Amino acid sequence: MPSASTDAWHDVVLATLKNNDVRLTTYVPDKVLIPLIDGVHADPFFTAFTATREEEAIGICAGAWMGGMRGVVMMQTSGFGNVPNALASLAVAYQIPVILLVSERGAFGEFNIGQVWSSRVVAPVCDALGIVHHTLERLDTLEFVLDRSIKQAVATQAPVAFVLSPLLTGGKVFGA
Amino acid sequence: MSELHRIDLMRRLVARLSDEAVVAGIGNTNFDLFAAGHRPQNFYMLGSMGLAFPIALGVALAQPKRRVIGIEGDGSLLMNLGCLATIGMIAPANLTLLVMDNASYQITGVQPTATARSSDLVEIARGAGIRRSDWARDEDGFERLLAAALAETGPALIAARIDRSAAVAEPERDPPQIRDRFMRAIGSK
Repeated sequence: MPSASTDAWHDVVLATLKNNDVRLTTYVPDKVLIPLIDGVHADPFFTAFTATREEEAIGICAGAWMGGMRGVVMMQTSGFGNVPNALASLAVAYQIPVILLVSERGAFGEFNIGQVWSSRVVAPVCDALGIVHHTLERLDTLEFVLDRSIKQAVATQAPVAFVLSPLLTGGKVFGA
Repeated sequence: MSELHRIDLMRRLVARLSDEAVVAGIGNTNFDLFAAGHRPQNFYMLGSMGLAFPIALGVALAQPKRRVIGIEGDGSLLMNLGCLATIGMIAPANLTLLVMDNASYQITGVQPTATARSSDLVEIARGAGIRRSDWARDEDGFERLLAAALAETGPALIAARIDRSAAVAEPERDPPQIRDRFMRAIGSK
């Protein structure tokens, strides 16, 4: 149920990943993701490292899942544009619950025109592939949506995507 | 450096295996692994070109006590060279990489890859941080490198120039079955 959490959004995300035994975090960096990236590197519970491309990170997490370790891939919306084939022919086809955390650029004051259209591919691609996706906008429902959706992904052997909205994270603003 | 027979090399690999997990890339790479002798610890890819080594890295991280072998073709590896940098950076002790280089996209009509003219995947792997990267120049060299790679702390990459003989068998294209069988065989389900 929604709760009046006083934790920051990234503390809720990290705690929910830990509570669901999601240990492997591999990512292509993004500025909004900094507190998550710093958090997984600071906590020995997590195995954390960069990948060179987002689809590579999906391959790593898919392999880890098959080996018995849960993983999350973190990226920016522009990076999501790299992943449809890895999702379609690996995660979806083989029924592997890769968890995606996607930092949303391209909305709410985006200053870089190069980010705008790439950010719009996330929902249509997920819909086309039948991948459950949620846009995370509210701190009070964050833990509920993440926790239940990760559990559903594992139980149903299906990938899941979470879009971290600037409404939750503050986003990245010009000059920041 | 002579061209080695693709299925002969794969048979030499399989003959050395016991409980290792093997992840084989799309097309002829996994066809040959299957033809050399199916084992439930084999993961056969059906798409996601270029992700055999990343998938193998993931398995290796999840199961540090199990030896994991990734097998990839030259075309697939060229698509995703960055994974060599990631593997060099992580340096998993239990990961062995095998590159089957026929200098072509054989399955789509034998169009030449960059390795036909200019690229050297062993040099690229070394530069990416996988110091123990070597060409198997003949069958004896392949056997020697493979024995060392499987016995020692990794990572190690072995590449071989192979011929373009035709595939002789293909695994059943049933991804959930492949994945489920693989997971049960390596004890994660």
